[in-house]
Amino acid sequence: MGMTVAERILARASGRTRVAAGDVVEPQVDLAMSHENAALVINQFLEIYQGLPREPRVWDPSRVAIVFDHRVPAESAKTATNQKRVREFVARHAIHRFHDIRGDRGGICHQVLPESGYVRPGDVVVGTDSHTTSHGALGAFAFGIGATEMASVWALGAVLNVEVPPTILIDVTGRFRPMVGPKDLILSLIGQLTAEGANFRALEFHGETIRAMPTSGRLVLCNMSVEAGATAGIVPADRETLRYLRDEAGVLEPLTPVLPDDDATYDQVLTVDVSDLAPQVACPHTVDHVKPVTEVAGQRVDQVVIGSCTNGRLDDLAVAAGILQNRKVAPHTRMLVFPASTRVYRKAVELGYVTTLMDAGAVVMNSGCGPCLGVHEGALGDGEVALSTTNRNFKGRMGNPRSEVYLCSPAVAAASAVTGVITDPRNGGR
Amino acid sequence: MATVVYAVGDDVSTDLIYPGRYMATVLPTETPQYAFADDAAFNGRLKAGQVPAGGVIVGGKNFGCGSSREQAASCLKGHALVIVARGFSRIFVQNAVNLGLTVVTCPTIEAAPGDELEISEREVMNRTSGRRFPVTPLPPARQTIMEAGGLIAFTKERLAKT
Repeated sequence: MGMTVAERILARASGRTRVAAGDVVEPQVDLAMSHENAALVINQFLEIYQGLPREPRVWDPSRVAIVFDHRVPAESAKTATNQKRVREFVARHAIHRFHDIRGDRGGICHQVLPESGYVRPGDVVVGTDSHTTSHGALGAFAFGIGATEMASVWALGAVLNVEVPPTILIDVTGRFRPMVGPKDLILSLIGQLTAEGANFRALEFHGETIRAMPTSGRLVLCNMSVEAGATAGIVPADRETLRYLRDEAGVLEPLTPVLPDDDATYDQVLTVDVSDLAPQVACPHTVDHVKPVTEVAGQRVDQVVIGSCTNGRLDDLAVAAGILQNRKVAPHTRMLVFPASTRVYRKAVELGYVTTLMDAGAVVMNSGCGPCLGVHEGALGDGEVALSTTNRNFKGRMGNPRSEVYLCSPAVAAASAVTGVITDPRNGGR
Repeated sequence: MATVVYAVGDDVSTDLIYPGRYMATVLPTETPQYAFADDAAFNGRLKAGQVPAGGVIVGGKNFGCGSSREQAASCLKGHALVIVARGFSRIFVQNAVNLGLTVVTCPTIEAAPGDELEISEREVMNRTSGRRFPVTPLPPARQTIMEAGGLIAFTKERLAKT
């Protein structure tokens, strides 16, 4: 019996010739990522060594990455002090893949890692962030863990007691209509699977639509796989993956994609044709509460947000700038844009997107998680409604339990910013 | 016997259990004050010490979905609560096991605040309604960590062997 991509990667990383869904393994970690919550990881890491006759030592500092993104620049003395502690730890333990608050190499971890060439096909990637699933877009097995689990990884270099997840194969065919894309596909899939439908499972994306999709779009699919509960989302690496890593991430050494065996065993197979897919919107307060945009069109919007680890990449900003060219954000609506990384931001400046968005009335913020999780900036007032290209709309997500968040693609967000109500971008946003 | 102190529906996210705006607070000694911070009534009872240790939160499907923030587990552990839910999200259940927060998967559980529950490895007996609900045991891999006293203790053991 053959293996899925998840099984092949976990077998290799655990030093076994084969594993099957349900097996318990201890995979070696290729990349261990944290953001500001490294402050908590450090506490737990030091606690592991309490009473042991040895000095705390990170197993392999070259495999640890730390990216400040959740609250940048710090919004409070508490955050600033946490960040300071992390800086001191990073210096002491010689962790070089550290992305501080900087305009030249900063941004959101799930954009910084791919564009820095830290993730390779076949890697095991763990991160203290649920959206670590993003990195499956490069053919890695990438999953979110808690801070204590990361402390254990820092000490041992392996994740203890991982159950090999069964895999759901998602076979995608057809070409997207104009103004429809990866975000609409993943929202539609989450609606079908439900918020827990892929819990404890991996998603493996196949089909002509995926093969034709750039890495930026694959990152959207894998990023939001966790919103169906998935442990990991994986796009098996192909020519596009190798192109991205070579041309956009500067990875020059030869890479070997990990592909599923022809006779791999899948838990479920889901076939999707995107040819007639409409733009999708996830309605409050769960990500699986998904409807075609036509069913929610006209809903008043107080704040439009474009950005995040889901949809803050260059092509997302290009779509937004294209729609907002020579137009204005509606007077009663605020529009916030936060590019996923400073590299993306800089390119958006060079290509004129930032000017276009500012002329339209958008506020272009610094790269980071920004308003997505309501800890830093862009909070909503009582009774307000946000329409956002981010990944979660849970009650209280944008800092206020008495507000509502709808999720959508950059095209829907930009078209709606112009009208001030949820708008189908296929109508030109008018 | 344990008393149900709070009951919630399906898909209760970590944004509700531990709102993102308190994420700069990381110490397990400090996180409990923000448990369910957006529900002023329940949070108030927790902070006033009116919820007894061993009290049960009853949840629906997919309890703890969303962010991997460990504070969502540590804040409940700090109040010595027990979570009985129809299902848990993967990261939440792993964080709970790692920190030693008791979580019980009980796919058909029906219970309301004030109900008295008897929880065993195999079933939850609701003494108030007189009904029994089967428990899905933790997978052995997680059971091992739980029995070691959490992941820190488990990792210590492993380090001592290397």
